[in-house]
Amino acid sequence: MLKIENLHVEVEGKPILRGLNLELPQGEVHAIMGPNGSGKSTLAHVIAGKPGYTVTQGSVTFDGKDLLALEPEQRAGEGVFLAFQYPLEIPGVNNVYMLKAALNGIRKYRGLPEMDAVQFLSLVKAKTQVVGLKESLLNRPVNQGFSGGEKKRNEVFQMSVLEPRLAVLDETDSGLDIDALRIVAEGVNQLRAPERSFLVVTHYQRLLDYIVPDVVHVLAHGRIIKSGPRELALELEERGYDWLTKAAVA
Amino acid sequence: MATSTSDVQSLIGQKYDAGFVTDIEQEHLPPGLSEDTVRFLSAKKGEPQWMLEWRLKAFERWQQMREPTWAHVHYPKIDYQAISYYAAPKSSKDRPQSLDEVDPKLIETYNKLGIPLEEQKMLAGVAVDVVFDSVSVHTTFKEKLAAAGVIFCSFSEAVREHPELVRRYLGSVVPQSDNYFAALNSAVFSDGSFVYIPKNTRCPMELSTYFRMNAMNTGQFERTLIVADSGSYVSYLEGCTAPQRDENQLHAAVVELVALDDAEIKYSTVQNWYPGDEEGRGGIYNFVTKRGDCRGRNSKISWTQVETGSAITWKYPSCVLKGENSVGEFYSVALANNRQQADTGTKMIHIGRNTRSTIVSKGISAGRGQNAYRGLVRIARSAEGARNYTQCDSLLMGDQCGAHTFPYVEVKNSSAKVEHEASTSKISEDQLFYLRSRGISNEDAVNLIVNGFCKQVFKELPMEFAVEAQKLLSISLEGAVG
Repeated sequence: MLKIENLHVEVEGKPILRGLNLELPQGEVHAIMGPNGSGKSTLAHVIAGKPGYTVTQGSVTFDGKDLLALEPEQRAGEGVFLAFQYPLEIPGVNNVYMLKAALNGIRKYRGLPEMDAVQFLSLVKAKTQVVGLKESLLNRPVNQGFSGGEKKRNEVFQMSVLEPRLAVLDETDSGLDIDALRIVAEGVNQLRAPERSFLVVTHYQRLLDYIVPDVVHVLAHGRIIKSGPRELALELEERGYDWLTKAAVA
Repeated sequence: MATSTSDVQSLIGQKYDAGFVTDIEQEHLPPGLSEDTVRFLSAKKGEPQWMLEWRLKAFERWQQMREPTWAHVHYPKIDYQAISYYAAPKSSKDRPQSLDEVDPKLIETYNKLGIPLEEQKMLAGVAVDVVFDSVSVHTTFKEKLAAAGVIFCSFSEAVREHPELVRRYLGSVVPQSDNYFAALNSAVFSDGSFVYIPKNTRCPMELSTYFRMNAMNTGQFERTLIVADSGSYVSYLEGCTAPQRDENQLHAAVVELVALDDAEIKYSTVQNWYPGDEEGRGGIYNFVTKRGDCRGRNSKISWTQVETGSAITWKYPSCVLKGENSVGEFYSVALANNRQQADTGTKMIHIGRNTRSTIVSKGISAGRGQNAYRGLVRIARSAEGARNYTQCDSLLMGDQCGAHTFPYVEVKNSSAKVEHEASTSKISEDQLFYLRSRGISNEDAVNLIVNGFCKQVFKELPMEFAVEAQKLLSISLEGAVG
């Protein structure tokens, strides 16, 4: 499904990713772990198409399609979703209204008819229950005045409505207390499905207690230096990243 | 003008059947302004002596005044002797002969707004042989208004037919010597609209300048007077969403509103004069004086404006709140894109007891546009219990534009409450990426943010006007980001 080959990415002339390889099959959950500054967020942003990153080498394909050639909204149309580490506030824009524009943008891209307000609202109602988002937040401006936990839950809520085939979670655990973390993780788990893949980017292993990955990759110095089963995350927690990164440099 | 295009189209279709050819060549006064010009104008219109004297007095005052320079706008000095003060209808050979001679960008905009071709020609000032006869439309709505006792006619007609009303109210809100441009207008105003709503009457329809066909080409010095007698209500729509071209670069209009006891006037404007090309060449200078007088108890005047056009806008629709418990409102969206300069805002003058006012101003600056909000809230000593709430927000797009806020507050009564909130925000790349990553195109993302920003004002507009205004704003901002 998602295939990244020899990816080199620079930001303002500074190399961040240096020959990253990754393969994420359909229906699997892969975790990307790594020390600060290893390029985890860069990877998430490059998959979603954030401006400001220069790909100097390599490829990112999604079901054989060249993702890098697409605009961010086209990638969303293909089924890519990025849950932001820091969700943006959009003053004056109603949360549900934005989501309707998003869903219809995606449907238009796929050649589907737009969803009318009635259909859309019943869908929204069903999905708020999935992630336990307060209904009062639906008609507030996007993320404005939301607590940290509410913002992250709103990301998962958006994901549940847009039903992506590839969901990239960028440090979704950051800034969350343990209760909020559990609720957000439960929301994600409910969205796990055979046709949906997840790339979970995180610094700490605790998120993986709740969202249990099929594979754990360790990202350091802009490359995947080790991949392994879920237990690898536990080992990292115990031993830190140093033993691995040193071995990789040596 | 594009308000409910299909209706317009069907009307034009009708008119074409009954259309007739007319010769629009008429006298043309050479450039220059003197007492003789004023006399000529007045004679040309067959005005009574009192009207001429009123104009002459204004001219005399104007000669002693100086053009104001305090506004945050820059433009080359205007030579008032180089302007022709009697130029309408314009000579057809001076106009573009076909749409091919008109700025293609303008035509593109017309097409996006879905304006029919014949109407495009009218708006673009193309010389057309066929003048659309509007008699049928005109009569239908005139009958309806007459049945309600509402007077809605051109200003010239009002001077002839209703001199007692005009004499009583003309200049009673904006005196001849109020300011430089108002004085100029008072001396040489070409034509405009007159509205009178009788006591305890709710005007049966929204009055729109569009339906007053003889308002077309009223020229650069338009004069509007609306009087709402006790207990009456009227909603008046001015302007149109289609960019209008005019070879008269200077526009100095005056609008006077009078609301008597328990009367309400809602005045909505969508102003979209030609802003000039990307370098600002050829754009209209719009120096307007608009003021409403809440003369009666419990009266209310509400200004709503969406300003997207003109190269330079100098405009402060104001309310003088004399009557006890009277209410003044000002809702404004002003856009300055490319080289546009807007200095706009309002004045709320509280004189009566328990008077209330609300100001919501939304300024959008894009390209190299400069947008200034200038507002005055004055609470007189007599205005016991007066209240004002002001909200003034600016949105910046790009890094070459500017937003400026000049609030003035004068409070002379300690029981008054005055609130002022202001904010400045910028559409960030990150916000746009966030929306795009959800599947929303760049253009739609910008529109979403801008409409969210303007929502408070749009909801004050009559429904179809609001839809048009949104569309207009998105067209005016195309390519402004990314």
